[in-house]
Amino acid sequence: MSVLVIAELDSHGIKAATRSAICAASQLGEDVHLLVTGNDVAGIALEATKIAGVSKVLHADALAYAHGLAENLAPLLVQLAVNYSALVAAATSFGKNVLPRAAALLDVAMVSEVIQIINATTFVRPMYAGNINATVVAPAGLRILTIRPTVFEAVAATGGAAALETLTATAESGQTTWLSRDLVQLDRPELATARVVISGGRSLGSAEGFKSTLTPLADVLGAAIGATRAAVDAGMAPNDSQVGQTGTVVAPELYMAFGVSGAAQHVGGIKDSKVIVAVNIDADAPIFQVADYGLVADLFTVIPELEAALKAE
Amino acid sequence: MKILVSIKRVVDYQIRPRPAQDGLDVELTNVKMSINPFDENAVEGAVRLKEAGVASEVVVVAVGTAANQDVLRHALAMGADRAILIETPAVVQPLTAAKYLQAIVQREAPDLVLTGKQAIDDDAAETAQMLAGLLNWPQAMFASSIQLADGRATVVREIDGGQETLSLQLPAVISVDLRLNEPRFIKLPALMMAKKKPIETLPAADFSVSAPVLTVLQIAEPPARKPGKILNNVAELVAALRAEKVLP
Repeated sequence: MSVLVIAELDSHGIKAATRSAICAASQLGEDVHLLVTGNDVAGIALEATKIAGVSKVLHADALAYAHGLAENLAPLLVQLAVNYSALVAAATSFGKNVLPRAAALLDVAMVSEVIQIINATTFVRPMYAGNINATVVAPAGLRILTIRPTVFEAVAATGGAAALETLTATAESGQTTWLSRDLVQLDRPELATARVVISGGRSLGSAEGFKSTLTPLADVLGAAIGATRAAVDAGMAPNDSQVGQTGTVVAPELYMAFGVSGAAQHVGGIKDSKVIVAVNIDADAPIFQVADYGLVADLFTVIPELEAALKAE
Repeated sequence: MKILVSIKRVVDYQIRPRPAQDGLDVELTNVKMSINPFDENAVEGAVRLKEAGVASEVVVVAVGTAANQDVLRHALAMGADRAILIETPAVVQPLTAAKYLQAIVQREAPDLVLTGKQAIDDDAAETAQMLAGLLNWPQAMFASSIQLADGRATVVREIDGGQETLSLQLPAVISVDLRLNEPRFIKLPALMMAKKKPIETLPAADFSVSAPVLTVLQIAEPPARKPGKILNNVAELVAALRAEKVLP
């Protein structure tokens, strides 16, 4: 048997998170196949045959698959599942939407947001905003997994030579109509994938203060800007900048927290960062317990100094 | 229009969970429990639809132990009309919960099922999608806006990097994000009134539900990060970050 990875597409092709899912799937010890679905995506499917570690690409093309609706994709997964020992996708808003629906139809207890594969049936997944890790065993037979893309390194987009098979599309459910998608136009890196993230808490004082204090430093560092839930709730930062369990889980090379106290739900969302820096005037702030480097100082003094020091180099 | 809201009782979000002695669950003894925050947004969303005259009845349902009475009362105090508890001996996993909810949906025949996008204990984010699949109903996950008209729901859902708008034929299952609304503060009179509202308890044994489950081998805290250093000034910080090779 083989393992089937469900690809997620954007306007540029297969998303990097899918290549992380391929990395995770290959750890199950079987051949990895990749399912590419969409409307008029033959070119992307052909390109996908070059992805390292994939032995076969399955291509299903239909208008019904254009926007990744779970109602239309789940029946296709159910049909394909008989040939596979596992279905794997990245735990993105796409994977989290589609796979549980398919799992219910297949009567499988799925494992979501896997962060470690111990063997073909034993997995580690985070709970309680990453404050707890659970090691779980899935029943034998078909396994359905979503994997956290930030902990599995994406396989190379080239170097492979997979076979290509075209599938007959399943019928459209007709229940749901996709109307529109509004992606935020970013003038800086996306939070979930940025190499450097700087974030602020409520002590930045106001929406204006938040922006004017953090933006210049973010520009120097080429960083994404994040915020605590408290800062978002106080209207100081936009919703989509929230870092933590209820927002975005990040794992950058460098995470710098300014005036962040370190609530459990925030810390859970940053602890896979390579280096964490905390700047807080309160020496007892819990954020210092997870920080690699701490400065007990006023962020309003530190940020301009830091910016000047980085610019000087 | 009847709305069914599924809620879960979880460790309060302000509590830092610790593994229990046996390493198979988190410590739940003497720990404050609350309604799952995302489910509270779902209750609020349903009650507002009723207040706006769009919905006629809001029914809340919990699948879990008898202790769930408290979170059901909370939902009733927020404005739900009645509550159902499917009483199980222990907390159930998502697929099992979805199957109990399927049975209740078949009995209650709601036009819409609302629930939180995930429970903050297991963080699975599976139950709503599973329920939609079992019912063969349309689904919209992680909703930040819901509008109902002419037998359809127009839903804005949060996706990676932005938002997406869907139109669903009712009946449907919608899971909601924190951004949907701000749940109301419950006042004392509402709490008193809620005591008079009915909670129907149905033993799990009344349902012929069986589902595969994951076996928990271990519940543990993640490996601790290496101890950090408190530095004295920005120059030391820049030097440390250079040494770590994390600066651009």
